[in-house]
Amino acid sequence: MKVNEIVEKLGLKIFSGEKGLAKEISGGYVCDLLSDVMGHADQGNIWITLQTHKNVMAIASLKDLAAVVIVKGFEPEPDALEKSNEEEIPILGTDLESFEITGKIYELLK
Amino acid sequence: MQYKFEVEGGNFSKAGTASSEVKKILNQLNVDYKLIKRIVVALYEAEVNIVAHANKGIIDVDIDTERIKLVLNDSGPGIPNIEKAMEAGFSTATQKVREMGFGAGMGLPNIKRNADILNISSETGKGTSVEIIVFLKP
Ligand SMILES: Nc1ncnc2c1ncn2[C@@H]1O[C@H](COP(=O)(O)OP(=O)(O)OP(=O)(O)O)[C@@H](O)[C@H]1O
Ligand SMILES: [Mg+2]
Repeated sequence: MKVNEIVEKLGLKIFSGEKGLAKEISGGYVCDLLSDVMGHADQGNIWITLQTHKNVMAIASLKDLAAVVIVKGFEPEPDALEKSNEEEIPILGTDLESFEITGKIYELLK
Repeated sequence: MQYKFEVEGGNFSKAGTASSEVKKILNQLNVDYKLIKRIVVALYEAEVNIVAHANKGIIDVDIDTERIKLVLNDSGPGIPNIEKAMEAGFSTATQKVREMGFGAGMGLPNIKRNADILNISSETGKGTSVEIIVFLKP
């Protein structure tokens, strides 16, 4: 499944990185501890987190993640948006909490 | 091939810049993707440790056909007990750093898992030197 299909099906907000919306999703990872994500997320994963700063995008780019979903209505910081556009990795948003959005994405991907 | 990068302590907006440059270089050299993944994780964690725990540092990258060697020298507080610091979950990160999602105490274990050789030496009050080697040939 591609990032844009998940966006459409779940009504996610697109903050940035539109050029990466056609990326294929290989699975998901849910964690707010950056070194855990660094150690364990896989290439092509969609990453669900409440972190909003630029380091999230540094990790997404180094790990070749497909997209980042920011939960609970939080908004990414401006330099995170910039990096997301540069790297063409979308930052998406939802008002839902991690548990709920993860369940929905899991249903779509499984 | 040799490259040098400077790392500023405390500047999280630049954290990962050197790792990202090294990733680009390795891609250009057509290094195996699985090796690049390991190198990048190890280097990023060591780079962020300078940002989070030290004042400033230099990263020396040396690549030949056999291996990549990354040496990170920082001036900072040093690590009083390296064995303890290597334990998963051990962290002295400040509250502010933890709120950003760092400080899980998983960085050094991540480096250990992804490096073929890891050497850490440190002098309390002076600084830390981290040497990471990953072999590029099977
Ligand atoms: N370059 C360094 N200078 C001084 N202390 C360091 C340095 N690198 C690591 N340490 C010490 O070792 C501890 C463990 O490091 P490690 O990278 O495993 O975890 P962390 O940086 O605290 O958290 P995480 O990496 O999970 O975000 C640090 O909390 C710090 O006390
Ligand atoms: Mg660390």
